[in-house]
Amino acid sequence: MIIFRRTALFYIAVILILLNILLFFLNIAIGDRYIPVNEVFKVLLGREGVESNFIILELRLPRVLTGFLAGCGLALAGTILQVITRNPLASPGVIGINSGAAAAVVAIMVFVPSFSMKGLPWIAFGGAFAAATIIYIFSWRKGGMDSPARMLLMGISLSAMTGALITYLLTVGNIFRVSQASIWMAGSLYGRTWEHVWPLLPWILILFLLLLSLTRRLDMFLLDGQSALGLGLRVETWRMLFILISVGLAGSAVSMVGTIGFVGLMAPHIAMYLVGHRSLIRLPISALIGGLIVMMADLVGRTGFAPFEVPAGLITAIIGAPYMIYLLLKPRVL
Amino acid sequence: MNSKWGHKLTGLAILLSLTLLMFFFSILFGIAQISWESISKAIYSFDGSREQLIIRTVRFPRAMIAVFVGSSMAVAGCMMQALTRNALAGPELFGINYGAALTSVIASFILGTTSLQLFAGSSIIGAAVAGSLVFLLSSTGRQPLTSMKLVLAGSTLNLLFASLTQGILILHEQSLDTLRFWLAGSLTGRSMDLFFQIMPILLIGLICSLLMGRQLNIMNLEKEVAQGLGQQLRGTRIVCILIIVLLTGGAVALAGPIGFIGLAVPHIARLLIGNNYVWIVPYTAVLGALLLLIADIGARFVLPHQEVPVGIVTAFFGAPFLMVLAQRKGGMK
Repeated sequence: MIIFRRTALFYIAVILILLNILLFFLNIAIGDRYIPVNEVFKVLLGREGVESNFIILELRLPRVLTGFLAGCGLALAGTILQVITRNPLASPGVIGINSGAAAAVVAIMVFVPSFSMKGLPWIAFGGAFAAATIIYIFSWRKGGMDSPARMLLMGISLSAMTGALITYLLTVGNIFRVSQASIWMAGSLYGRTWEHVWPLLPWILILFLLLLSLTRRLDMFLLDGQSALGLGLRVETWRMLFILISVGLAGSAVSMVGTIGFVGLMAPHIAMYLVGHRSLIRLPISALIGGLIVMMADLVGRTGFAPFEVPAGLITAIIGAPYMIYLLLKPRVL
Repeated sequence: MNSKWGHKLTGLAILLSLTLLMFFFSILFGIAQISWESISKAIYSFDGSREQLIIRTVRFPRAMIAVFVGSSMAVAGCMMQALTRNALAGPELFGINYGAALTSVIASFILGTTSLQLFAGSSIIGAAVAGSLVFLLSSTGRQPLTSMKLVLAGSTLNLLFASLTQGILILHEQSLDTLRFWLAGSLTGRSMDLFFQIMPILLIGLICSLLMGRQLNIMNLEKEVAQGLGQQLRGTRIVCILIIVLLTGGAVALAGPIGFIGLAVPHIARLLIGNNYVWIVPYTAVLGALLLLIADIGARFVLPHQEVPVGIVTAFFGAPFLMVLAQRKGGMK
């Protein structure tokens, strides 16, 4: 039985990785101008003098990498939140972390247009952190966060408030910056360059490795609160640390690609359905699925409605919202 | 019993006179200062002077719209709360505001114009569609959704509508410039014509809702009790939904999606008057008008030399209110 589980897990992981690679190549090959796959290989292997060198290395490769990394970040953040709140409906979008980051970034985009790309993850992290802190303080009761439902409600309220703040920022800025900010907010991968990949990579990579080393601590949240306390674990301290990691992941992803919604909700679910609860396995699988979803959404948005380019965030919302409602209608959730 | 009636009526009268006072303040205060005399002159002996023109074409419509939009939003929220038996119900959390915004954006994208008339017509349709979606959700499934789930469903729809709106605005950049102000919710620049076209809708909605108090009370009982009393809930529910769609659609059409009036005001009314909907509805209507008038006056003075859209003001006062509410009701199942 155990051996069967292991091989099943192995196959799931391999299939997911293959799918990711496939999507990666499709994203590079398909576009306004189709590039044959053997040419893609040549360029990626560093062959000079190929005609499509520029398109691949400067346009499509950074774009697909940004999408993949952001998808991983959002999916990991969602997984953490679902585990520590013990609530399958939690995700960085619902809980207000994304909109906190978005408000901070829009403020910077509207008021300080010369701000450099490299600093944006920090700004987004600051906004997301502020949002998470407010939610945490308000939903905290004596003896810890007893009610995940309250946390969700606080998140929704805070999203509403930051939403109003963003609307306000959009009315005061001049139209050029506003339309830039509004494209960014829709969650588009349009025009993503290496300037977006390099700041994002360390955040996602380091936090992911940190998470993997802490999976045993994360798993203790699967127990109910009493037994975890009984085992002598400092539940609240760990909870705060994990929220912080989740804020870092979601915030940095949002800062580079805008608010791509519902990835942090869907990916952890699919991962749990495929491989179960254990965080050590669920986290990487969920990250792969998150990357896959964003790459797919971008490919569809780019090619499906040509000559228009539909932002990836719109595609994920169209898929994700019905999924969320399906979850809500299922009897056993919450 | 009689004295209780008296108290409640006096309270209502006080609120009404406060509203009237704020109505005049709303005409008086602003960037152009206006005197009391010119108000009366503008009504009785209009001579076309600049002050009187401002009163007739700018301030008076604005104040009237504030009154009607405020009470319509508030009463709509009140009925939603009764209908779903959910303290957190309101047009802003249930996706109705954004639904209306979405259809307006779609209409202006397809037809290529950004007239307020067009927004008005299309936002009523959007409110109707979004409203019925939420209520369909709340009544399908084996057991009815818990209030928590209903709020989540509403906010999910909100997210969906918002990102669809964003997506269309990207494709259609010139409408972003006009729409960003409309989307924030504002009472400025509405003509009297538009107001007179939409006012009947709101008026019908408001009058009907005032007559519904008793039915709302019954609906707030347990389902079994209500059926035991021989009440057909289905009919009442449908009428309620119709009224809500009229009120929110009309209000959004006039002023854009102004948030949190619909959520917060019914709670304030309940604090003042208790749990009887026969009284809650009129109190909510008057309080809604009063608060939106105050918010609108405030919106002119928050920042120097610049008006803030009134929807931003209501959101900033309303959202913390929601947080407190969420904290109290958070433990609910």
